[in-house]
Amino acid sequence: MDEKNTFLSVKDMEVIYTSAGDIVHAVNGVSFELKKGESLGLVGETGAGKTTIARAILRILPDPPAILKGGQVILDGQDLTRLSEEEMLKIRGDKIAMIFQDPMTALNPLMTVGDQILEVLMLHNNFSKEEGCKRVVEILEMVGIPRERYVEFPHQFSGGMKQRVVIAMALACNPELLLADEPTTALDVTIQAQVLEMIQELKKKLNTSMILITHDLGVVAQTCDNVAVIYAGQIVEYAEKIELFDHPAHPYTLGLFGSLPSMNDDVERLHPISGMPPDPTDLPPGCSFWPRCPKATAACKEEIPYKEIAPGHFCRCHMAGKQEGSSL
Amino acid sequence: MKKKEFSGSPLIEVKHLKKYFNVPAGTNHAVDDVSFTIHKGETLGVVGESGCGKSTLGRTIIRLLEATDGQVLLEGKDITHVQGEALKKVREQVQIIFQDPYSSLNPRLDISRTIKEPLKRSGRFRSRAELMKETAELMDLVGIDERLREAYPHELDGGRRQRVGIARALALRPKFIVCDEPVSALDVSIQAQVLNLLMDLQDEMGMAYMFVTHDLSVVRHISDNICVMYLGQLVEKCSTQELFSNNLHPYTKALLSAIPSTDVHNPMKRIQLKGEIASPINPKPGCRFASRCPHAADACREPQQLVEVSENHFVSCCRVAEIN
Repeated sequence: MDEKNTFLSVKDMEVIYTSAGDIVHAVNGVSFELKKGESLGLVGETGAGKTTIARAILRILPDPPAILKGGQVILDGQDLTRLSEEEMLKIRGDKIAMIFQDPMTALNPLMTVGDQILEVLMLHNNFSKEEGCKRVVEILEMVGIPRERYVEFPHQFSGGMKQRVVIAMALACNPELLLADEPTTALDVTIQAQVLEMIQELKKKLNTSMILITHDLGVVAQTCDNVAVIYAGQIVEYAEKIELFDHPAHPYTLGLFGSLPSMNDDVERLHPISGMPPDPTDLPPGCSFWPRCPKATAACKEEIPYKEIAPGHFCRCHMAGKQEGSSL
Repeated sequence: MKKKEFSGSPLIEVKHLKKYFNVPAGTNHAVDDVSFTIHKGETLGVVGESGCGKSTLGRTIIRLLEATDGQVLLEGKDITHVQGEALKKVREQVQIIFQDPYSSLNPRLDISRTIKEPLKRSGRFRSRAELMKETAELMDLVGIDERLREAYPHELDGGRRQRVGIARALALRPKFIVCDEPVSALDVSIQAQVLNLLMDLQDEMGMAYMFVTHDLSVVRHISDNICVMYLGQLVEKCSTQELFSNNLHPYTKALLSAIPSTDVHNPMKRIQLKGEIASPINPKPGCRFASRCPHAADACREPQQLVEVSENHFVSCCRVAEIN
């Protein structure tokens, strides 16, 4: 990793949802940093809080029920949590853009795809309509959509092509930070490969930083520089990609790897993580993974330190490091 | 990956099965001349991308859809057109586990009633006590807690709901189950639990599976043999081991190369696919993959045959010898 300055820094982010009297602890003290041009993968299961983190950065959580209880989001020296809504509007879609998970619902069915992209451009730039249209055509061609399709409506596009439109819209203003929330989950593998390749190329060309949210470890392995594993709203492990895949240390990370049918090795039986993710309204004390952890001890019910077990490799488990990482 | 030998007469024989749908734009050839056999205790994986007709194929085989042409034989008996009581008997022997555990359970039936439904219909049980006992056994078999018997589907998470779907499919001890993407709506840790359950049940009860999925690592893990489907047709059919070590069809190669590998030391070498996906509506007679195939030639415009190139390895590509 080259030593460039931190571009985005999230500090102690805490998000709760209030629902029917219960308090859902969705994000519980998440901190990470991102450099210019770098990509970070957020990995974890449904309900771990990955999407909430991204939405909290962009401040598009529905409030109520969601409340950003604490923490800072510092982008280029500016704390986004302190900005007014008007100031935030200027940043959304311009400096930070988001690719949403489901291309089928992220587009307006009543507008042509060209006009939808134009809308973003006109909001953030002083283009004349002609200039804007010209730029839209450029962007469409950049993501591999022929210019003739400018006037078509979303229903005339296939899933993969719709996701390209969503990506084109996100990239329209050359964002410095791209939040990609499961950008390829709804797509078939051959189309997924095309879309991931395209995001990579565009990222390189524009030197955009990216946070990629996914539950697919393969996608992370192919596209990210660093990986954060999220469990019950916390980062339980963080490392550079190769370090994490070679020396996973947290029992949850190991569980994720054990659950995956491999393309390379022959395993007779998968080793799933037993039990279910914890109820976010009633998280267990100490490590939130201990009820499912094969190595849990009494000490796991205490406060768990988040420590560096190897250079740049952090793990929230008091067993990790003591036994040379991955020998669970 | 499983390695088993199958011999004797097949449990399911599918012969030149076709299912066409009439749509405003013409005729959708969703399943077009598909043939294969499945033996007792075997798992046949069917892979392909969305819209290739793999679910339609499964549903046509078990008579949820009526075949346009062709035959399905169950233990040598033609079940393609049976009706009435005979169809009811067939339904006891062939079952399906659906993809979406959220929409495939009746929200107004509790768990025990959902599982009891097929038991009651079969008329095999004389007393309420017998029924209750069998229901409890089924719940135990798939690992659903006894205390959940009066729970409604909305109270359960995806993994447990899928277990209910499996219990319902198993209720009458069928010989053949179509598993239509049974784990694709589940998280990886839960997915592994359900895959293990399906494999354990097969070892215990010996039924055959047709496992429909788009996830190649899942299909590799669970299948004995694999069919690769593209726009309604089989393009390659062979043992699981053969498919992953010696695949021959250009589409199979492209599909396998597109899977994001968790191997961080070897970046993917992806086969680029260009061109538009052909439409299954009024398809042209030639190879349907030709418009995206890097090896397409004039000969590809002729109809393709599924040819046995080596023992139990079938490929539908006229240029298979040249490109491999």
